[in-house]
Amino acid sequence: MNIKSPKQGQMRLSDGGRINRKNPVSFRFDGKTFAGFEGDTLASALLANGVHLVGRSFKYHRPRGILTAGYDEPNALVEIGQGNQQAPNIRATEAMLYDGLTAKSQNRWPTLGFDIGAVNSLLGRFFPAGFYYKTFMFPAVFWKNIYEPIIRKAAGLGRAAKDHHDADRYEKTHRHTDVLIVGGGVSGLMAALSAAGSGARVMLVDDANELGGWMLSENNTTIDGKPALNWIKQTVKALEAMSNVTILTRTQCFGYMDHNFLTLAEKVTDHLPQRPDHLPRQRMWKIRAKHVVLAQGNHERPLIFGGNDKPGVMMAGAVRSYINCYAVLPGRRAVIYTNNDDAYKTALLLDDVGVKVAAIVDQRPTPSSVLVSQAMARGMVVHTGHAVLDANGTRHVGTLKIAAINPKTGDVTGQPFYIDADLVAMSGGFTPVVNLHSQARGKITWDDEQVCFRPSDYHEAAICVGACNGVFDLKGAMTDAAVGGAMAAMAAGFTAEAVMTPAVDEPSMVMRPHVLWKMPSDAVKGQEPKAFVDFQNDVTASDIKLAVREGYHSVEHVKRYTTNGMATDQGKLSNINALGILSDQLGKPIPEVGTTTFRYPYTPTTFGAIAGRDIKELFDTERLTRMDAWHRQHGAEFEHVGQWMRAWYYPIDGETMEEAVNREVKKTRTHAGILDASTLGKIDFRGKDAGEFLDRLYTNMFSTLKIGRCRYGLMLKDDGMVMDDGVTTRLGENHYHMTTTTGGAANVLSWMEEWLQTEWPELDVYLTSVTEEWSVTTVSGPNARKILEALGCSVSLTDDAFPFMSYQDANLAGLPVRIFRISFTGELSFEINIKARHGLALWQHLMKAGEPFGLTPYGTEAMHVLRAEKGFIIVGQETDGSVNPHDLGMSWIVSKKKSDFIGKRALERKSMALNNRKQLVGIKTEDPKAIIPEGAHAVLDPHQSYPMEMLGQVTSSYYSPVLGHSVAMALLKGGHAMKGQTVWFPMINGKKPIKAVITDTVFYDPKGDRING
Amino acid sequence: MAESPDRGARRLPGGKPKYSVFSLMRNARRYHQDWQQAWRSPEPKKSYDAIIIGGGGHGLATAYYLAAVHRITNIAVIEKGWLGGGNTGRNTTIIRSNYMWDESAAIYDHALKLWEGLTQDLNFNLMFSQRGVLTIAHSWHELREMSRRVHAIRLNGIDSDILTPDQIKKLVPIINIDQSIRYPVMGGFLQRRGGTARHDAVAWGYARAADDLGVDIIQNCEVTGLRRKGNRIEGVETTKGFIKSPKVGCVVAGHCSVLGDMADIRLPIASRPLQALVSEPIKPELDTVIMSNAVHMYISQSDKGEMVLGAGVDKYNSYAQRGSFPVPEHMIAAAVELFPILSRLRMLRHWGGIVDTCPDASPILSKTDVKGLYFNCGWGTGGFKATPGSGHVFADLIANDRPNSIAAPYALDRFQTGLLIDEHGAAGVAH
Ligand SMILES: Cc1cc2nc3c(=O)[nH]c(=O)nc-3n(C[C@H](O)[C@H](O)[C@H](O)COP(=O)(O)OP(=O)(O)OC[C@H]3O[C@@H](n4cnc5c(N)ncnc54)[C@H](O)[C@@H]3O)c2cc1C
Repeated sequence: MNIKSPKQGQMRLSDGGRINRKNPVSFRFDGKTFAGFEGDTLASALLANGVHLVGRSFKYHRPRGILTAGYDEPNALVEIGQGNQQAPNIRATEAMLYDGLTAKSQNRWPTLGFDIGAVNSLLGRFFPAGFYYKTFMFPAVFWKNIYEPIIRKAAGLGRAAKDHHDADRYEKTHRHTDVLIVGGGVSGLMAALSAAGSGARVMLVDDANELGGWMLSENNTTIDGKPALNWIKQTVKALEAMSNVTILTRTQCFGYMDHNFLTLAEKVTDHLPQRPDHLPRQRMWKIRAKHVVLAQGNHERPLIFGGNDKPGVMMAGAVRSYINCYAVLPGRRAVIYTNNDDAYKTALLLDDVGVKVAAIVDQRPTPSSVLVSQAMARGMVVHTGHAVLDANGTRHVGTLKIAAINPKTGDVTGQPFYIDADLVAMSGGFTPVVNLHSQARGKITWDDEQVCFRPSDYHEAAICVGACNGVFDLKGAMTDAAVGGAMAAMAAGFTAEAVMTPAVDEPSMVMRPHVLWKMPSDAVKGQEPKAFVDFQNDVTASDIKLAVREGYHSVEHVKRYTTNGMATDQGKLSNINALGILSDQLGKPIPEVGTTTFRYPYTPTTFGAIAGRDIKELFDTERLTRMDAWHRQHGAEFEHVGQWMRAWYYPIDGETMEEAVNREVKKTRTHAGILDASTLGKIDFRGKDAGEFLDRLYTNMFSTLKIGRCRYGLMLKDDGMVMDDGVTTRLGENHYHMTTTTGGAANVLSWMEEWLQTEWPELDVYLTSVTEEWSVTTVSGPNARKILEALGCSVSLTDDAFPFMSYQDANLAGLPVRIFRISFTGELSFEINIKARHGLALWQHLMKAGEPFGLTPYGTEAMHVLRAEKGFIIVGQETDGSVNPHDLGMSWIVSKKKSDFIGKRALERKSMALNNRKQLVGIKTEDPKAIIPEGAHAVLDPHQSYPMEMLGQVTSSYYSPVLGHSVAMALLKGGHAMKGQTVWFPMINGKKPIKAVITDTVFYDPKGDRING
Repeated sequence: MAESPDRGARRLPGGKPKYSVFSLMRNARRYHQDWQQAWRSPEPKKSYDAIIIGGGGHGLATAYYLAAVHRITNIAVIEKGWLGGGNTGRNTTIIRSNYMWDESAAIYDHALKLWEGLTQDLNFNLMFSQRGVLTIAHSWHELREMSRRVHAIRLNGIDSDILTPDQIKKLVPIINIDQSIRYPVMGGFLQRRGGTARHDAVAWGYARAADDLGVDIIQNCEVTGLRRKGNRIEGVETTKGFIKSPKVGCVVAGHCSVLGDMADIRLPIASRPLQALVSEPIKPELDTVIMSNAVHMYISQSDKGEMVLGAGVDKYNSYAQRGSFPVPEHMIAAAVELFPILSRLRMLRHWGGIVDTCPDASPILSKTDVKGLYFNCGWGTGGFKATPGSGHVFADLIANDRPNSIAAPYALDRFQTGLLIDEHGAAGVAH
């Protein structure tokens, strides 16, 4: 883009500023190409080109310009970037310029200059605060079809990127530090010097492009007899040279949470034309600090007057920034409007750079200080005890209406007169940035002397210093910060000393603002011109008064009714002014009115940075078994079970799912099947009270289990409902091995730990999750024994030597294994556990040895069919947290002998045995081929009207290839007594209801003969 | 059907001037100087026929229906802070009635039907917006659960449609239905009558309408004790003194255990933080409300353009309206995962509320062992949607000293009998 470089803007001074004139860049705004320099922000570059109109307000679509020079900007929001690198609502005052930057104005149509939405401004009288609560109600249908769609269309500021997939990358990182200093202005630098000198690990973070803070915008201050900038440069250099200091710029601390946990958002590459591949766009830092120093300075407050939102009206401090940091003139003919001394610095600077200062309008009746005298000495007209009543001009401020006022009441006392200006530099006083301090539940106190809130008590280990602490004079702030930095280091355990405050020379000033919460106006009450408190959300002083008239008195109600402080600048400029007006209206002092709660984020923070890399493949762990590769090689389809990927079925030769599952089921019943069961939760129990603990956990007995034997158990929640199930085996006197469901493993472990740690700490039990330690392969079917024997098994597998529900250590194919003789298919089964790393090898051995015996791998779907044919439940499918063991027909597993177990007392409640509870039954459809959708509900009469009387739902439903008909289980009200009855299942897909009969849950081999092969 | 500007329509039943486009214009002519207070700020009287503790949506609705339906107008609502400052003013405003259990369907659909005319009933635009609530399934297990829900919901006569991923994409263009993501979108079910409403307006609308009927709304007044005589309630101790009443309804959500304690009633409630956050406003991108349990977050776009995000409760008990950072951190990752467009947007505000969760994730609407003392609580993460229904049946319970058929299953004794209404499935991702 440099080929046809446009001319540098006409408002750029020929020298000065912190821009790099050697590197001119060009950028586009609303389709037009402009020139600027490296080191500019988008805002300064636009101003350099004389562009003031940069956006439209939210509600009235009023033309808006650039108000500030920092992250408190409410007006100058733009879309930056293109394609999948575009982002909306970026503050032009923060966006660092780079070559090729493309920006667009927002919330206007068709163009920024001519915006149809601006009719809202003409109709503004009909749209006071909260007008929408009072209208759009009739006729009712219009709301949905007409009013709301229009409101929604008008909503929002910028547009999100059309291309949804963010081209950029984000990162998160963690850091422990002794001292974290937020804010790299003069105070932050002083604090850092003190803290770092002690050897403490210090982090110094600042949102701006370089350290120095507001001092970078000042021109008439010296430190140690030299311009303040020299001191900043030296200090930064000194800090950079220290290995215990980490400096982060373009980094905003946005959150201050419990226990000195703070979050930072670093803009790593937003200022570059191209993101280098190795860097993320932004990075979130999570900091745990021993002590925190808040040195965030203050925000300058606007003054409230008619038309104070017009482009060309700026904060007085911002005007100095544009001149001193960027060598840009924000106007040619200025009026200063102030209630304190600080803005006089702006007046003098404007004069220095040749801008005509048409007048200084000072609300104070008799200001007297060096600065005021200097201004007068230069021949500036100072209207003391005056106020600006209104600012005129269509797209830019043009004429100011000014009058003398009663300095106490704000009443207009003199004839108004008019002054032309294209720049208004205003200052309404200063607000220490207590936001982070308050987020951390520090207390604030109202300082009547300085007219602002100041930090008082701390909740966390922190200290506020400098302007952030309400110390506004430079020397005082530097000393405060030097001491604060040392105290922080000491609190973090270091021996520290405050560095000496250098000699400082700055004009002495009266910072105390003379505040008039009542806006001076000569208009009839109620007809005052629109004077904005919250610029972006178009909240005016009259809106706040209206809210109070209507009974919205709490500061929260006013905020919510008017939306004051809810814009993207989060009330940084508006909150105190709104509070002031509110307190005036209520006749209550500000501290009694109170503030709204300060919450993170302190400034809006990119979601991408908070998500970091916890998305896409890293969104959640994907757990794979050791045999995963084999399943993939053999064409398995997979299903998600919790975090696990499990082989679902193995289609061969273009089989459909149904065909594959039918084959796997049949082959397992006739020959043998092999299942990867590694995902089952496995927990190792040790300790002399392991048996006792199991007795308390499960409904049945475990302490009496013989070594080497296995037992199935049901675990209940304390409400008596089934929580998990599995087989537990006694491996030794004080050693058990528990299995849980795949999905429930983590929950069960934390459940048990909670009981052990909080209720029964006296029990000697140690739990270890060993799910990943063991690979588990189940061989099931009539040929199972033969296959293991063919592979060479060190122990006898006969029923006598190795009965059902027992366990043995063995060698299989020369590998050490644990074999459990348990079955989830109803067939002769061996569950073989092997050290995980041998899992695949064993699987392969088994496949080979099983080939002559027709061994078939089967997936989770066939497993479900096999167990459903047998009426075995799956916790989470047959149960849903509202099913007790009796409901499942498993009363046999609930011990009557044990004095207690979790859920016992709950099970004794009278409703637990009611006949009309939902009970587990089998369902056989009239049409053997009809498979009832899982989740379908049974009714007795399918033709009844809505709401229908429902009996309950189908929990599992499959086609049984072995039986040649479908099998299903259902939880039906009073089901156990309804065997043989006909029920209907209405469909929701428009199909006819399915007719079925209630049966027993065991469809296959009801006697259980096949368990021994 | 345009609003008739005749005199009769200009006033609410109690005599307050009505809001309408005409009143807005009339007032505009007078530069909005003549608007009346939405509600008075009276000092408490010595005694009332009934006292409602808690000026959230549920408490205010209860007071309104006591006055409007049961003609009991000598009542006070006592609020320790500002109206709606509890969960009513902190929630993410999702409204739906597609619950699975019959008992739940009954109360939530009763509420939804009331919502459908509430703006007009209260003469306050609640911005009730029926733009559909879509719940997404990400696994076979969730599809099965969804099927169960939809069957039950439909047989209960409540609207619900199952959508395929492609249909979802059509409805919600910004959602990522790429099947290769960690938890791909496999389907979903939609309640078209579901949607959102403006939370503050609900509190204010009920307050204004109740005040119009003579209800005293007393803010900045904390109840510090429940005075009993024998087995009867006598009244409430407050920071503004003792106030007598034969009937006291406690509707204080996260603080119900504290109130329970004052009457020696131990409630089966755990109070936990629930967090939510919004993005900066952007031009409309999302019309439907979306909830995902497995990826774990829910999202909607407000009329102002902000993306509103929420997820599950923090796992610890607390009365601090904050919560811990990992919860929003995960919720944001989940949102970016399903809606990549969010990646470049920014979080604007974040907050937390204290939700009153019951062991079965269903509310309590109940008499107690103390005669004249009633509790309405346990709405946990999802009671905003029930506001009108809850107030309506609770008013009935207080007025008649017996629960009606909708309220009956929600009595406290269910924790003794075990007749729980387990809605954990519905509350998995809080809403
Ligand atoms: C972040 C979040 C998101 C949510 N999202 C949803 C959602 O999307 N959909 C949904 O349906 N629900 C949602 N909820 C739940 C919903 O907000 C609540 O269930 C509902 O608002 C409860 O209303 P309430 O009137 O009972 O309680 P509240 O609004 O909390 O009112 C209780 C009032 O009692 C007052 N009080 C307490 N103690 C005393 C005392 N001693 N004396 C006097 N007054 C007292 C409190 O100050 C408070 O104002 C959400 C909740 C939260 C926190």
